[in-house]
Amino acid sequence: MKLTIGFSVNGDSVEVEVLPHWNLLKVLRDVLELTGAKQGCGEGECGACTVLVNGAPVNSCIYPVLEVEGKEVTTIEGLMDKSGRLHPIQQAFLEKAGVQCGFCTPGMIMSAFALLKANPDPTEDEIRHAIAGNMCRCTGYVQIVESVQHAAAVMSGRSQERAGKE
Amino acid sequence: MRTFEYLKPASVNKALALLDLYGDQAKLIAGGTDVMVQWKKRIISPQVLISLRNLAELSFIKFGGGLEIGAGTTHRALELSPEIREHFPVIHDAVSNLGSVQVRNSGTIGGNICNAAPSADTAPPLLVLDTNVRIASTKGERTVAIRDFFRGPSRTVLQTGELVTLFSIPAPLPRTGMAYSKHTRRKAMDLPIVGVAVLLSFEEDLKTCRKAAIALGVAAPTPMRAANAEAFLAGKPVDKTTLLEAGKIASEEASPRTTIRGSAWYRKEIIRVLVRRTGLICMERAKGAARS
Repeated sequence: MKLTIGFSVNGDSVEVEVLPHWNLLKVLRDVLELTGAKQGCGEGECGACTVLVNGAPVNSCIYPVLEVEGKEVTTIEGLMDKSGRLHPIQQAFLEKAGVQCGFCTPGMIMSAFALLKANPDPTEDEIRHAIAGNMCRCTGYVQIVESVQHAAAVMSGRSQERAGKE
Repeated sequence: MRTFEYLKPASVNKALALLDLYGDQAKLIAGGTDVMVQWKKRIISPQVLISLRNLAELSFIKFGGGLEIGAGTTHRALELSPEIREHFPVIHDAVSNLGSVQVRNSGTIGGNICNAAPSADTAPPLLVLDTNVRIASTKGERTVAIRDFFRGPSRTVLQTGELVTLFSIPAPLPRTGMAYSKHTRRKAMDLPIVGVAVLLSFEEDLKTCRKAAIALGVAAPTPMRAANAEAFLAGKPVDKTTLLEAGKIASEEASPRTTIRGSAWYRKEIIRVLVRRTGLICMERAKGAARS
């Protein structure tokens, strides 16, 4: 029997009909048509499905959808500003070649987004610790870390010169 | 259609009443990082899931000499607690490399312990800290020492109708160092091939061992204390030689299996090495704590 739940997605209130065993990722992709978050392993190992619930990154593929009732969900689609301009982290991934096949990218960026919110000037170790739950099968980790460093520099107004040297 | 009913009680008492009502048809779910995966893989198929996720009364870290941790506290909350990092670094060591940030934001210490995997990262730290586990049911409360809590892989002393509410940890002795090390193939998102927690309390000379506690993960069907190795260290000067001997003894006490992640002989070798290495970290930490 379907149940109706309400929560917020990228700032908009939504009401959806769900089955109790559905996970958050299924509802985001199949009901709300927000297909940025990807299904990789489906078991909370790969991080391709990473979204924020009340600001904290979680694996949406194993997050029971009934648990988001009344909470705030942020997906990759919510990072762009109203005028359609990419978020500085998205822009940094483009400029620093942090994207190869792109499948891990939405999850990577959501993990980076949560990191930079809590820690605007992370060390390389802190970046690697924060994205440890996001797997890149293209193995482009060096460029991904550089993208996050570049984004951190841009967002905090530090010179890109320094970001390049880090 | 394969599904379940998903109930979100508003209090522990209501959760206990639901547990009584549904009995073995129900399973508790906290962060779901084990339960949801087990359901998807068809390892479990409960008719009812009773969620503990939003119960504030289960989610707290309380200091006062010792330490009390609500069973519903996430690994991430423990990782980010400055007091845990300073006063109970063995817990910080374990939770900061458990799964990923995503897993730690959902998964709870109570779930990790009640899932009772031999590889549970939080088990060896709670074992060396002589943790008491508080268990509630509609009939009342009882307390079990964590060394008596595990009964086998995925098996605990919990009876139908019971749930774990609290981990209560006594204050460590003065001049104590504690640490957890895990041996994995990769740094992140990996279960330990072997996990070792060591706690050493020193006499005033900061050399003589007043008390030693050593716990091993993935070394037996349940997380275990290495009692012989502990007895060997007590009263002796702690250095590389005695720690290596303690490692040998702990390795002999262990009865690891050969699995896809490691052979029995290899696990025994790693226990020998990790007891020594982790013991050396304890010495440094005890000296650091004595200086501050």
